[in-house]
Amino acid sequence: MSATVVTTAHADNHHDGSSTMVFGFWVYILSDLVLFSTFFATFAVFASAYSGGPAGKDFISLNYVLCETALLLFSSMTYGMAMVQVRKGNIGGVKTWLAITFLLGLGFIGMELNEFHELLFGEENVFFFDPSAYAGVDPETGVRVFGKEVLSAYWSSFFMLVGTHGIHVTTGLIWMALMFAHLGRHGLDKDNKTRLSCLSIFWHFLDIVWIGVFTAVYLLGAL
Amino acid sequence: MFGRLTDPVAGAFHALTNEPIVLYTCIAVVVLAVVVLAAITLLGWWGILWRNWITSVDHKRVGIMYIVLAIVMLVRGFADAIMMRTHQALALGAETSGYLPPDHFDQIFTAHGTIMLFFMATPLMFGIMNYVVPLQLGARDVAFPFLNNLGFWTTFAGAILINISLGIGNFGRGGWLMYPPFSELLNSPDTGVDYYLWSLELSGIATTMSGVNFVATIIKCRAPGMTMWKMPVFCWSVLVSNVLGLIIYPPLAVADALLIGDRYFDMNFFTNTAGGNPMVWINYVWIFGHPEVYFLVVPAFGIISEIVPTFSSKRLFGYTSMVWALLVILILSIIVWGHHFFTMGGGQAVNTFFGTATMIIAIPTGVKVFNWLFTMYKGRIRFEPPMLWCMGMMFTFVGGGLTGVLLSIVPSDWQFHNSLFLVAHFHHTILGGVVFAYLGALAFWFPKAFGVKPNRALGIASFWCWFIGFYVAFMPIYAAGLMGATRRLQHYVEPSWQPLFIVAAIGAFIILVGILCFVLQVVIAIWYGIKHKGKLPVTQNDPWGDARTLEWATSCPPPAYNFATVPVVQADDAYWDMKQRGIQRKTSGFEKIHVPNNTIAGFIAGILQLVVGFAMVWHIWWLAAIGFIAFIITILAHSLNADHAGHYISAEEVQKTEDEFTAALQAQGVKA
Repeated sequence: MSATVVTTAHADNHHDGSSTMVFGFWVYILSDLVLFSTFFATFAVFASAYSGGPAGKDFISLNYVLCETALLLFSSMTYGMAMVQVRKGNIGGVKTWLAITFLLGLGFIGMELNEFHELLFGEENVFFFDPSAYAGVDPETGVRVFGKEVLSAYWSSFFMLVGTHGIHVTTGLIWMALMFAHLGRHGLDKDNKTRLSCLSIFWHFLDIVWIGVFTAVYLLGAL
Repeated sequence: MFGRLTDPVAGAFHALTNEPIVLYTCIAVVVLAVVVLAAITLLGWWGILWRNWITSVDHKRVGIMYIVLAIVMLVRGFADAIMMRTHQALALGAETSGYLPPDHFDQIFTAHGTIMLFFMATPLMFGIMNYVVPLQLGARDVAFPFLNNLGFWTTFAGAILINISLGIGNFGRGGWLMYPPFSELLNSPDTGVDYYLWSLELSGIATTMSGVNFVATIIKCRAPGMTMWKMPVFCWSVLVSNVLGLIIYPPLAVADALLIGDRYFDMNFFTNTAGGNPMVWINYVWIFGHPEVYFLVVPAFGIISEIVPTFSSKRLFGYTSMVWALLVILILSIIVWGHHFFTMGGGQAVNTFFGTATMIIAIPTGVKVFNWLFTMYKGRIRFEPPMLWCMGMMFTFVGGGLTGVLLSIVPSDWQFHNSLFLVAHFHHTILGGVVFAYLGALAFWFPKAFGVKPNRALGIASFWCWFIGFYVAFMPIYAAGLMGATRRLQHYVEPSWQPLFIVAAIGAFIILVGILCFVLQVVIAIWYGIKHKGKLPVTQNDPWGDARTLEWATSCPPPAYNFATVPVVQADDAYWDMKQRGIQRKTSGFEKIHVPNNTIAGFIAGILQLVVGFAMVWHIWWLAAIGFIAFIITILAHSLNADHAGHYISAEEVQKTEDEFTAALQAQGVKA
């Protein structure tokens, strides 16, 4: 998917700073993949650790997730269109497709924030009262107090996995905004093309991770 | 407004008001800091410090800064060690027998381990790698110089954060790996675990940045003609180590993040309630923790592979098998983590797998040791301090490895687990393998960096004090472990152990003398620098003689651009090959050289990360938010403003610098 994009960034250089940058970025992506694997493993271990509290399937709406997924997957496609415009040297086209990608990504984040808000602060939220949970120390007596609203291990893993992905997507959006600033200053010079290639790798990577997330968390959770 | 700083449970100033040792140490540190800052001001050095060091993206400068940080943290970590040894020598009988109450003692052993591994050994390693790798590859800098600078200041932030815990609040008490449920809020409600978690997150971010940097440098920035199989073995070891680092630091970062979730967000990953499972932490930190020791020792192996051929005046034996051994160690080190918790319910099959895999990893290590010995065989050996360190390393590390194989036998481990036998084992391998090799590297590359050799007598004294001190300190610990002593004992009731602890304390003091000799070497070198008003004179390129790798082709110290003309490599041991072919050093007709600009963004980002870390520990949410946003803005501003084009060192300047080098060579009557 992004292989052609990488070669494009390679091709126009006599100085190989660009290919080094792109290579280094791939190396970072590999380490990020290990990070996500660890979050996936955590989720797998705690996949049924509801501990008597609310379960995943009580809250999963597959239509909602379908919409989120469509936004993100289409944003990957529109980014691909932006890279085609980079190859053609058409900065107007790049900015247009980048803007569409940004809006789709923003939509995804908006939906995710809404979902988290419902889960954490809604009428029916995922906290449950655990009478044996440590709740601090009574300021007057100095005695330890127990019993508070907590997240079970399942929901903890859910928020960490989905949340980490969301933080990465948000970072990508900030980066996209930064790219508008860069493109405004120097146009489609070598450095900006390298940056767009790296962002491309990042964005597609997050898309692939999302496929893993919605499969493991939402599709399997809804069974 | 001030978060937990005013909360009595967190006890921000409890240690300063109740523990004299803490109070006097903090006063001493503050006084020392004031003296240093005043000295810099009076000598008018701020400009130089800012331009040449703090904002520098030159790998040589960043490398030296890492090493300076590591040495300062060595003093801190070793102070913890001396305190523990003297306390345990006295601690026969009851809780009040030694001079350290349990609360304090627990923080000391935790800080000792955390600081030594994350803020001494790792920065020391990164400093050496930073300095040497681009020079050995025939490159002018690492692949991403700004990232290098940023990584250093991030490490600095983590180191400062962990040291703040001495005076404000407290440090964790759960050991360097902070097992839950002890590290959960229930059992550790104060700030100790939080200091630990945030410092390690910072350290981990820096390590990941450096990992990306070194892998990219080695794969992409080698001199023309230097194929992977013509690269020095040290560079191979750096590649393997950094690939390992990139694999293992994410699980640690995740484990720390999950514990942060438990402590800050009412989550339940590692609690015993609400579905949590502490064994998940154990697995994650050991998936990190075991390869971590290989992450540290693999560059040490690389260092030995550079020093031994130089001081045997003989080619490294078995280059190909050395590289394969490194790659095998890379893979095997990731599949042995279970040997750290044989006793924790894995069952027969799991334990057998991990025990066997652990035994197997001795084989590639053995291949390397034999190759070093075969390199020395029939060589013309010179017993300079770097070579002494190497010989000490080989002897000691092999011993430590053997006790490791003893531990890998599952039924035996059932007795040794968490005893002092284990403590002696890992100090045996870490001191013998990692520390000896890194100190040898410092002795070896010191004249390259500064143009003057460290004082030889002090170097020999330092080595022997470390070597003898190590055995005097740790052989009794092995014995005590076999007699049943567990680790982390604040006091004990068995009188027959006390003589062992006393001898161990004596050993620690012998090592202290070794450290003082080393510090004296540094002081003498600083005096040399001051005498020359900071402009170190250029001397001949190969002070040790018979050098084989490319860094020895440059002057001592090397010019900012490393190589006036990029060398073309035709064989491994590239510099040796060039000497054999009679290739002359170019003395005229140079071109201008492109170098990256200095930047303040790394330093500012580091300070902001420190602010965010501190604010998160103390729950000062508004400060953390502002700090984090400012950090993002710094990175964005750097991206927009940094002059990626850098600047040029003119051809005339290059000529002038090279002429100085030519003059120095002629004055000393040697050829480059």
